[in-house]
Amino acid sequence: MSEQAAYRPGELEAEAQAADNRSRWMLALPAVVIITLAAAGPLMVMVVYSFLTPGDYGNVVWKFSLEGWMNTLVQRDIFDDTLIWADAHLSIFWRSFSLSLITTVLTLIFGVPTAWFIATQPPGKREFWLFLITVPFWTNLLVRTIAIQELLRSEGVINLVLLKLGIIDAPIQMMFTNFAIGFGMTYVYLPLMVLPVYAAVDKLDFRLVEAAHDLYAGRWTAFRRVILPLIKPGIIAGSILVFIPSLGAYVTPRVLGGGKNLMFGNLIELQFGQGRNWPLGAALSLMLMAAVMIALMWYVRVTSREQSDG
Amino acid sequence: MRHVLAAASALALMAGGAYAKELNIYNWGNYTNPKLIEKFEAETGIKVTITDYDSNDTALAKVKAGGHGFDIVVPTHTYVPIWISEGLLAETRPDQMENFKNMDAKWVDVDWDPGRHYTVPWQWGTTGVVVNTKYYSGDINTSAIFLDPPEELRGKINVVPEMGDVMVMAIMYAGGEPCTDDKEVLKKVHETLLNAKQHWLGMDYGNLEKFAKEDLWAGVNWNGSTFRMRLQNEAIAYGYPKEGYPLWMDSVAVLKDAKNMDEAKAFQNFVMDPENAALISEFARYANGISGSEAFMPEDMMTAPEIVIPEELKAAGKFNGTCAPETQALYTRIWTDLQK
Amino acid sequence: MAESRMQKPPKGYSVRTLPGFAIVAIFTLITLYAPIAILVMFSFNAGTSMAIWEGFSLRWYQQAVANEAVQDAAMRSLFLALVAASVATVAATMAAMATTRTRHFPGKTMIYALINQPLMVPEIVTAVALLIVFAAIKVWTGHTSMIYLIVAHTAFCVPFAYLPIRARLETMDLSLETAAQDLYASRWLTFRRVTLPLMWPGIVAGLMLAFVISLDDVVITEFVKSAGQETLPTYMLGQLRRVVTPEVNAISTVILLAGAILVSLFFRLTSKRG
Repeated sequence: MSEQAAYRPGELEAEAQAADNRSRWMLALPAVVIITLAAAGPLMVMVVYSFLTPGDYGNVVWKFSLEGWMNTLVQRDIFDDTLIWADAHLSIFWRSFSLSLITTVLTLIFGVPTAWFIATQPPGKREFWLFLITVPFWTNLLVRTIAIQELLRSEGVINLVLLKLGIIDAPIQMMFTNFAIGFGMTYVYLPLMVLPVYAAVDKLDFRLVEAAHDLYAGRWTAFRRVILPLIKPGIIAGSILVFIPSLGAYVTPRVLGGGKNLMFGNLIELQFGQGRNWPLGAALSLMLMAAVMIALMWYVRVTSREQSDG
Repeated sequence: MRHVLAAASALALMAGGAYAKELNIYNWGNYTNPKLIEKFEAETGIKVTITDYDSNDTALAKVKAGGHGFDIVVPTHTYVPIWISEGLLAETRPDQMENFKNMDAKWVDVDWDPGRHYTVPWQWGTTGVVVNTKYYSGDINTSAIFLDPPEELRGKINVVPEMGDVMVMAIMYAGGEPCTDDKEVLKKVHETLLNAKQHWLGMDYGNLEKFAKEDLWAGVNWNGSTFRMRLQNEAIAYGYPKEGYPLWMDSVAVLKDAKNMDEAKAFQNFVMDPENAALISEFARYANGISGSEAFMPEDMMTAPEIVIPEELKAAGKFNGTCAPETQALYTRIWTDLQK
Repeated sequence: MAESRMQKPPKGYSVRTLPGFAIVAIFTLITLYAPIAILVMFSFNAGTSMAIWEGFSLRWYQQAVANEAVQDAAMRSLFLALVAASVATVAATMAAMATTRTRHFPGKTMIYALINQPLMVPEIVTAVALLIVFAAIKVWTGHTSMIYLIVAHTAFCVPFAYLPIRARLETMDLSLETAAQDLYASRWLTFRRVTLPLMWPGIVAGLMLAFVISLDDVVITEFVKSAGQETLPTYMLGQLRRVVTPEVNAISTVILLAGAILVSLFFRLTSKRG
């Protein structure tokens, strides 16, 4: 362990450090190999494709071209051939970005209390509650989405209940609205927030919280100053798991939102499907990946600096 | 003969538990009548495996990549020339097969496969408009239903997100020909679509329930699907836009690298039998291209207004060809703009 | 277990409850189950629709029992999710141990970015890339078994298992492990008796996530599957364009029930041992 190594003289320390690095690499190896084989590696194909010419009927022709990359930002006008900003791509990206942000905030609002609730159950009961959170997701995504839609329809459960209670006089149009998309996305991504946060809250040392109560008075101060910093790794892991995949999500937004507006994921899918422009699809997705990757690497740098400082 | 074969295959099953002969069909999901497959297996002793796809482009990309293991594919007519020119289909000469005599003469010399050297009709249909007549009583045989929607229907319209079909309808509504690259026409199309979109509620597939329960009142839809809607809700009607509407046909083709070539050919011949063709239609509710199959079809299909095109509107139906790649690229741009 | 360290909170006041949290949690759970209740209800529908109730019947269960294709697809999905999630969780656990509780070491950032890479591109892109690479391998070797789907699913499951485990480990107390090693426990014994139990909730969380993520995957499966390798989601996708019947509701209900029984048995067994 590196902490013990610190007590030894310089040369030994370097040696122990190198051995530690080696064993850490060995530990990470299976995950690294699997992902290189079946995710990151094949993606190199996309890097190559983004520099080629689209084939007539999908696929690519082996002729170098920068058109794919260029078209992500600027395109020829459909009608008069002048170069213009690809505003469609930008506005679609912005839509996906805002949706991801909203989804992350909503899963935080509902997910953190839920995770807290589960983690503070008596030991042995917690797995039961965890299971209760994940079991709805054992059903099929599409069947589930259709069932969600059933809740939201004009004559759906929510409208019926609200009408019965006299809160509304006429059914609210919820189906195919932004509300429906937000609801569905929060639903689908909720376990991705709850489980990591649970894993962090579960190991919380409540003696620290008690000590905080002795020092400060308010619960919220204790929550903000003591609990939040301690469960931060869980919240960050959850936010990554919700925010990043929802940037590329398109099944849920399409089915619940009615598909009138494209998400960034749809835009890319269109290029690989009916649009038959694989290089543009590849370039768009690599741009998305680069942006996310840079943000994530920055985060790792910052957190590991925090750790070694602390 | 049939019984002998059935008995033989039953024996083969008991003896080895496995069929000696196999066939791998790659078809649209929920499109193949299980009864049809049972009949084929019983008659020929060939074990059939069906695998689904959900779009022509996925099927094309997968087969082109290779290593798929499929023998038969059922592409839409606009894709057939692509499959042929990419060298993916085997020239099985259905026109020389025993059951070819049953094929309706009007389906023999088709643009996408003249003389039927590669493909056999599976089902054909139309893309038109669907309207709930409870909410709108005007003329429904027009694309104005979704391109310039009447006041009553606004905000309750759904358009299937099928770029090819929707673009063709909008182009014909603007007075152009399918696959046109006339910028003037396309400009009009672009404007019409963008204007119309504010009145649409959704662009989604699989809306049977939403139409049946009247969450949606109008839209673009396929005829067989509308047929099923009407069975759930009597007020639903299908319109054939007089400005022009697309016809389509899905056809059975054999892949060049099929491992079970003889079995695949046997299947092509099999679906040209009227009784078998009727089984296909009975399941998915679209017409097939085989004469004499009417005798075996369910009663309600013979008179269904979604299947029987009114005489005066027949001419408006058109098979769109395979558009040139540059034209397709233009359409994609308009389509993206529409949904940005 | 870690919990045994904790003292009972003083009477009448608990640091473990935060105002409103329980209410939000219960509300969330009810909302999660509302669509599931609808889904289960319609599996008993006498009509052909997933939204129009026409009375109680078992016809969709009968139809599902008679439909070999949908059963095959369901079994294949479960098998695939089980294998992929298990392998991914083991790999993710090891990777999480390697990348936490250490100062910065060469390649740490790279490992972290690589492991999370599957999250970063929309599924369709990975799907097309995998199609091209795997198809070439299929042509070259002539081998078309489930292994391609298993490898592909394992890969995208890894980050979903990794992040919860990492979150658990990140600030975990080292003193217990050090103490165990001071008592001359072997590395393996320390791991099994001290580290693993401490990590366990993170591992369970990761495994559960990976399992449901694999169970739900459509796009990558659609592009990687060979002839006859339909999973439940791809089977459903094919139906979506035409009409979706409550048959899949029936299958989903059976899977729910099987899962509930399996997991309660599992917990009964493990809680006895504990």
